[in-house]
Amino acid sequence: MVIKCEEVWREVSNYIDGDVEPGLRLAIEEHVRDCKHCAAVVDGTRNVVHLYADERMLEVPVGFSRRLHQRLEGDISASRRGFLGWVVAAATSALVLGGFELTRLSALTVPARRSGHAQASSRVPPDMLVIVSERGKIFHIAGCPFIHDKATLRTVLAREAEREGYAPCVRCMKKYLDAVG
Amino acid sequence: MPTRVEPLENPAQQNYEQGLIQRVRDGEHDVFYQLIRPYERRLYAAAFVILRNEADAEDCVQEAVLKAFKYLRQFRAEAKFSTWLIQITVNEARMRRRKEHADIMEPIENSTGEEGTYTPRDFADWREIPSEALERQEVREKLGEALRSLGQIYREVFVLRDMEQLSIEETAKALGISTASVKTRLLRARLMLRDLLAPGLGGSWSSRISFAKGAKPW
Repeated sequence: MVIKCEEVWREVSNYIDGDVEPGLRLAIEEHVRDCKHCAAVVDGTRNVVHLYADERMLEVPVGFSRRLHQRLEGDISASRRGFLGWVVAAATSALVLGGFELTRLSALTVPARRSGHAQASSRVPPDMLVIVSERGKIFHIAGCPFIHDKATLRTVLAREAEREGYAPCVRCMKKYLDAVG
Repeated sequence: MPTRVEPLENPAQQNYEQGLIQRVRDGEHDVFYQLIRPYERRLYAAAFVILRNEADAEDCVQEAVLKAFKYLRQFRAEAKFSTWLIQITVNEARMRRRKEHADIMEPIENSTGEEGTYTPRDFADWREIPSEALERQEVREKLGEALRSLGQIYREVFVLRDMEQLSIEETAKALGISTASVKTRLLRARLMLRDLLAPGLGGSWSSRISFAKGAKPW
């Protein structure tokens, strides 16, 4: 089988990947033996594949792995705390509510707040970036003077903070709070 | 031979991976990090090729990994865990890109004759495999620069297939395109990169690589 240069160019990628029929493979090899241009294309393309496959081409920023681990650890432990908080809140509320109407229990689907002073925060934009700390109970706007435990700060979205049981800071989030005029 | 990234590919390792997945599902959440660790670099590369910014790519990977943790129960054993993770990362990156660039017109990369035959521009002989050249930061930068100059649809396919070593089928699945499109785009990506790099790798890097044709800023 005799093939043209255009066919070699069209199939070079499949040829390098070993994804061509034996007949076409032979035809390409025969063509390349006699065609300097196509030999350069095949060899060069193969070299491109070899070079980029090298793991040195997949460099990640310094500290990437550590930061990923930390974020993951923070989130997993927060979700665990959130779950435990939910269980405790559910148990406590069940005791308090006693025989009250069951519909009240629907409120328990909202995660337990970390702070007893937490206020409803439906007006806090859910996509707003806020600051939380691991041992804290409140989320803040960056720069709020009432941020404590600075060693374990994380930046999350407001909706994530709320999902994890954090409550909005009554000072820096004042304008978003329902009950604060 | 170049050093290849070797994540968990063989059956024994895949069984080990399945075991880890089960342990996480059973409540050993801390094991999740072991599960994703072999793929961190791949995830970063997948995010970076779409977002083209280190900080955004890193943040995107963190979010994607957290989503993977959250939705691990939805992962089906018949799928490959690495492909599933990459798929989540690609989706997260694309979502961010759409959000951040909603007001910017994207170049219509599909209209650049994707289906037509690509004609190589440079026929310089380049037979030697210069993998040792990668020791040089300058060479790695040139390779990165060439890759960045490709249109996004080509970059995505090339990175997943040739840098992350996904199969054609896995690449198609991760990107949500057909295997035929993967092959077409891969061919063009490889040939375009060869054209861009041949002058430097065939001779020296002193001749500046021309990105005039089809160059796209990050």
